[in-house]
Amino acid sequence: MPEVNLAQALNGALGTALGSDDRVVLLGEDIGRTGGVFRVTDGLQERHGPDRVFDTPVAESGIVGAAFGMAVAGLRPVAELQFLGFSYPAYDQIINHVARIRNRTNHRFTAPMVIRIPYGGGIGAAEHHSESTEAIYAHIPGIKVVVPSTPRDARGLMLAAIEDPDPVVFLEPIRLYRAVKEEIPEIYYTVEIGPVRVERPGEDVTLISWGAMMKETRAAATELARDGVSVEVIDVRTLAPLDRVGITGSVAKTGRAVIVHEAPLTGGLGGEIAATISERCLYALHAPVQRVAGWDTIFPLKRSEAHYLPSVDRIVTAAHRTLEV
Amino acid sequence: MSQTRGVNGSAMFGLIDPDGSVQNRLPVTVEEMKALYADMVEARTYDTKSMAMQRQGRLATYAPFQGQEGAQIGAAAALREGDWVAGTYRDAALNWRAGYPWELLILGRTGDERGGQVPAGVNVLPPSITVGGHMIHAVGLAWAEKLKGSDHIALTSFGDGATSEGDFHEAMNFAAVFNVPTVFFCQNNGYAISYPTSEQTRSETIAAKADAYGMPGLRVDGNDVVAVLVAVREAASMARRGEGPSLVEAVTYRMGPHTTADDPSRYRDTDEGLEWVEKDPLTRVRRLLEREKSWSDEWHDELEVTASERIEKAVEWAEAVPEPTFEEMLRRMYAEPTQGLLEQLREGGDA
Repeated sequence: MPEVNLAQALNGALGTALGSDDRVVLLGEDIGRTGGVFRVTDGLQERHGPDRVFDTPVAESGIVGAAFGMAVAGLRPVAELQFLGFSYPAYDQIINHVARIRNRTNHRFTAPMVIRIPYGGGIGAAEHHSESTEAIYAHIPGIKVVVPSTPRDARGLMLAAIEDPDPVVFLEPIRLYRAVKEEIPEIYYTVEIGPVRVERPGEDVTLISWGAMMKETRAAATELARDGVSVEVIDVRTLAPLDRVGITGSVAKTGRAVIVHEAPLTGGLGGEIAATISERCLYALHAPVQRVAGWDTIFPLKRSEAHYLPSVDRIVTAAHRTLEV
Repeated sequence: MSQTRGVNGSAMFGLIDPDGSVQNRLPVTVEEMKALYADMVEARTYDTKSMAMQRQGRLATYAPFQGQEGAQIGAAAALREGDWVAGTYRDAALNWRAGYPWELLILGRTGDERGGQVPAGVNVLPPSITVGGHMIHAVGLAWAEKLKGSDHIALTSFGDGATSEGDFHEAMNFAAVFNVPTVFFCQNNGYAISYPTSEQTRSETIAAKADAYGMPGLRVDGNDVVAVLVAVREAASMARRGEGPSLVEAVTYRMGPHTTADDPSRYRDTDEGLEWVEKDPLTRVRRLLEREKSWSDEWHDELEVTASERIEKAVEWAEAVPEPTFEEMLRRMYAEPTQGLLEQLREGGDA
C-alpha cells in the first residue's frame, strides 16, 4: 500500500470515481488545467478528459446550481468551491435548492452530488481564505456534511459521498492536506457517512474534534497520556447527521468531555454536542463539559493566527480542568 | 422568423394581431390552432378556479397567470416529451402543458409537498419559489443531457424581475460558455410585484441582454400563442442541433395581481389593464378562428364545459388526498432517515 497525504488520497478517490462511474463529472474553478488551487484534482482532466473535468467561469452559485441540475438529470457531479469563505454566493443554491429537492418532490427528484470545499486556517492565507463556518452548513436539513482528518477516511468518505443518494458538503482541512500521511488501500472502499471514529480508546476523558483540529487534539492526547491520563479521542468526521449515539457512548464511559473546534465558540457545533451530552448523559459526567474553540472574532490575518487557533496547551488545560473535579 | 434573427430584441416578432388578422400564412393548421386555444381555455379555467379556491381558504397563496396563457401554452407546445422545464410559481399553464398534472399542481397549492411528485417521465421541476435561482438548474439539466448524448433540451421560464438577479447572469454565461441546449424563456409581464420593467433595467429590451452573452435573443409578442410557439420551437431546435442556448423574451401582461396577497391598484392604473384586455391571448385566437369560419359557439361551450369538468375532477382528487403524516414529513428528508430523524420520529410520532 502506498503512503499518501490527505490531498493525494482525495485525488486518488476522485480518479477512482471517474474511472468506475461514467456519471461522475467534476466542475469548478481552475480544477482542470492547473489541478485546483490545492492540486487536489491534479492530472484528472488530463486522464479523464475535458468532458469529465470542467474548468468553469468564476461563479460559485453557477457552479453549484449547474451541478444541481446535472444531479437531478442523473449525473453524479462533484463541484469544487475554492475556499469556504468563497462558498457563500452558493449558499442560496445549497439551502434553497440542493437541500430541498427531495423534500419538495417527495423523493421524485433528488440531487446526489458532492460539494468539495477546502476550509480552515493556519496557513497564513489572505482574508476570507481561512474560515471554519461548518455550523452554517450542518444546520441545513437535507444535506450531509463530512470532514475527514486522515488520508484513509478522506478516500473512503469521498467515495461514500459520491455514492450517496443525497447531497454531501465535503469539507477538506487545508492545514492537513499535506500534514498527515499514511498507507491506504488503492482498492475501492467506502467509509460510512454518519458514525464517528474512535481514534484512540481511553478511560478518563473524551476529546471530541474533527477536521483540521484533530492535529492539535492528537498532540494533546499524547501529552496527556505522558501525564498518565487515559484519553479517548473521537474524530466526529460526519458533522451532519451527527452521531449522537457514538459521542455520548464514549462520554458516558469516561464521564468527561472536551470538545475542540476551530470555528468561533458561539453558535459552533460544540454547543450542539455539549447540549446532546447534557441531555443524554449528564449523570455520568464527573465534570462540566469543556469547549476549546476559536474566539468570537473574525479569523485573523497571518500575524495573529497563533492568537486565534486553539492550541495544544488550551486542550490539555481544558482536559485537566475536567480531571480536577 | 428569418428577418428577426440576430436582431436581439430591437423588433418584436408576431403573427396574429390583437384583432385576429394575420399578415402572413400561419405555420400551424386550423386544427392545431384550435388545440392551442383549447389548452388556453383549460389553463384559464384552472387559474380562475384557483383564485376562487384561495379566497375560500382552500389553497395557500396563489400567483395567477391570467393574460399569460399565450406565452405559457405556446412555449410548452414547442417542447418534446423528455425535455426539462424549470419554471416559477406563475407557470402552472406552462408546467401543465409540459406534463405536470393539474391535480398535482392543485395538491401543491393546498400546501402539500406531494404535489411536487410528478409522474415518471415528466421532467418538470416543481415551481421555483425563490426568484432567479432556478435558471442555472436548466443549464445543469441541459448540460447533463448533452453529456449523455441525448437530444433533450431544458427550458427555464422566469419573469422580467428575475433578470436583475445575479443568478441570471451566471446562468446565461454558463449556458453560452458550455454551449448547452438551454432555452431561456422570459415572460416580461410588465411588473415584478409592483416594480415596472421600465425601472428594472436600462436595457432597451430583455432580449437585448442576450448580446452580452453571445447568444441570440428574440423578442416576441407573448400574447400571440403561435408566435411564441414558433419562436420557442426555433430556439429549441437550435439547442437540439447543438447550436447552443438562446433567450426568448415574451412580452405579455399580468392581468391579475402578483399573488392573492397583492393589491395592484396601489401601483398601476385600471386603464392600463383595459388596454391589455384588448390584447388578450384568447380573444385574438377567437377572432382569428371567427375570420377563418372555424369558430362555433357550440364548440366553445363544449370546451369550457370539458375544461371545468377536468379542473373540478382534479380539485376533487387533490382534496381527497389524505392528510400528510408526521412520519412522511421526516422521511422525505433523505433517502434513508438519519439516526437523529429516527429518534425524532419516535419522539414526535403518534405512537
